[in-house]
Amino acid sequence: MLRLSRPAKIGLGLIVALVLAFLYVPLFLVVLNAFNGARIAAWPVTDFSLRWWEAAFTSEAIRLAVLNSVIVGLGATAIALLLGTLVAFALQRYSFFGKQTVNLLVVLPIALPGIVTGVALNNTYNQILEPAGIQVGYFGMIIAHATFCIVMVFNNVLARLRRLNPSVEEASMDLGARPWQTFRFITFPQFRSAFAAGGLLAFALSFDEVVVTIFTAPPGVDTLPLWIMNQMARPNEASVVNVVATVIIVASLIPVWVSQRLGRDVTER
Amino acid sequence: MGATRSGSAKREQQATASAGVSLQGVSKAFGQFVAVDSLDLEVQPGEFLSMLGPSGSGKTTVLRMIAGFEDVTRGRILLGDADVTSTPPFDRAVNTVFQDYALFPHLTIAENVAYGLRVRGVNRSDRAAAVARSLERVRLGNVADRLPHQLSGGQRQRIALARALILEPKVLLLDEPLGALDKQLREEMQVELKQIQREVGITFIFVTHDQEEALTLSDRIAVFNKGHVEQVGTATEVYEYPQTAFVAGFLGVSNLIPADHAREITGVNALISIRPERVRLSAPGTPIGQDDVAVDGVVFETVYTGPSTRYIVETERGLRLIAERHNDHHPASATAFGRGDRVRVSWTKDHASVVPAA
Repeated sequence: MLRLSRPAKIGLGLIVALVLAFLYVPLFLVVLNAFNGARIAAWPVTDFSLRWWEAAFTSEAIRLAVLNSVIVGLGATAIALLLGTLVAFALQRYSFFGKQTVNLLVVLPIALPGIVTGVALNNTYNQILEPAGIQVGYFGMIIAHATFCIVMVFNNVLARLRRLNPSVEEASMDLGARPWQTFRFITFPQFRSAFAAGGLLAFALSFDEVVVTIFTAPPGVDTLPLWIMNQMARPNEASVVNVVATVIIVASLIPVWVSQRLGRDVTER
Repeated sequence: MGATRSGSAKREQQATASAGVSLQGVSKAFGQFVAVDSLDLEVQPGEFLSMLGPSGSGKTTVLRMIAGFEDVTRGRILLGDADVTSTPPFDRAVNTVFQDYALFPHLTIAENVAYGLRVRGVNRSDRAAAVARSLERVRLGNVADRLPHQLSGGQRQRIALARALILEPKVLLLDEPLGALDKQLREEMQVELKQIQREVGITFIFVTHDQEEALTLSDRIAVFNKGHVEQVGTATEVYEYPQTAFVAGFLGVSNLIPADHAREITGVNALISIRPERVRLSAPGTPIGQDDVAVDGVVFETVYTGPSTRYIVETERGLRLIAERHNDHHPASATAFGRGDRVRVSWTKDHASVVPAA
């Protein structure tokens, strides 16, 4: 292993401390301000209070926004899990005409700026589907999120499938397992963690999506990020946002913890 | 429902003892490449048959067709009396030991071995009893709760064997199962394989590129080359009486004497093959017996290999012959020949075999 001199160690340590501070001090400020009783958040905090917490937990608007975000996130994740996994299998297991093109088209939405996806879907919904009598409404927003969520599942599952030993599935068939048994007992357990990790990423991506959501949310429907953006425009209400952000920080730790556990699960086996 | 019905059908099928395998005009093409070319091969029930050949000779493809992993392009495969040509692998009463063992990485050893019974709906307690017996047979009862990656190569190999044998297949297919093991372990496993085969009495079809392994284990050997079988016979038959130049060359070292040289030395106008260990060396001009033939030459090179020494002798006509002598004498003794020494090379006529022209 590389041996470092003492000054080098100190120097690198400082850089690490700086980077970590840059990442986490702002988050700490958010948490601190959630308990700041003052109407306009200012430094230093003089009046610790839970008044914003009370305001946040009694707000009907926040409750609706969270509900919307969860519904959209779960819906988009479900679509992404199903379609992303199917595409990954198709591309990994079979060769067919246009395979590389399909691969590119599936991955493209994540590279495409959200503003383009948003405008494109907005136009499609409002100028083509609506005149044709099809009201996509709420579901339109879920589909919009699914377009880039699919990539998360697809990439994760594909990477895992490539690493699987194909003779293991043959061994399963050889031992008398029907195709569905082979999938259930052998194939799925081996990519389950990648499947779950892809799902978590997809949900996380959908949960804080703003740009595409602005263009595809039906009138009067706010997801949590949209609601937060609107609040920021009204400084008097901004402190409630700190409470919401704090809750989200804590909630984010759960999927991180789960995915790390899943990751460990895989390396152990 | 369908799965349960055919699953038990497979079990009933397997209740009867071992079966033979019959390949009738079997061909396999991958695009333009013909991997197996109208192959006919009869494997007797209870037989240990090795398919021996260099890589790319089609032996593994044949094995995979018998297992059902590859479609047959042309021809028929019979298992016992049943035509299984288009039967999917999960309905064939054959099981396979894979080259890389293909153990299920996420299942414990006990779960791996029990797998075939589990997918057939055998209940938990019967499964446990069968697994215990099966692990006992390969002397690995103590690793039941471990995961495959926690075992050594030799242990994994035995687990793969136990997992395949638990279903009491009519035929067991083995795809270079010892290839990944080191030499010592491989020799140990050869003995064990042979014992197990005798014990369970089922047909073993064994793919290998290792001629020594094939000679040691097999009742009969099918020598493969370029998608067809060159010769099928017992170890003695294929080794002592190779029917083609390829067989003579692939199984051990052989002196292949072209017809023009053969005519001068032995009077036989044909390609002949003589094994180096059957070739004797003596001082030039030593009288030979009535049934012997001889030719004089010069020792061109000697190769010491431990138990024996190989002498490469060049005749006056430029033919090089290899003679192998057991080192049962002291290396410094006077009977040893050295480079440049004039020697007489001889052998008993019957020990040479005529290789029919292809």
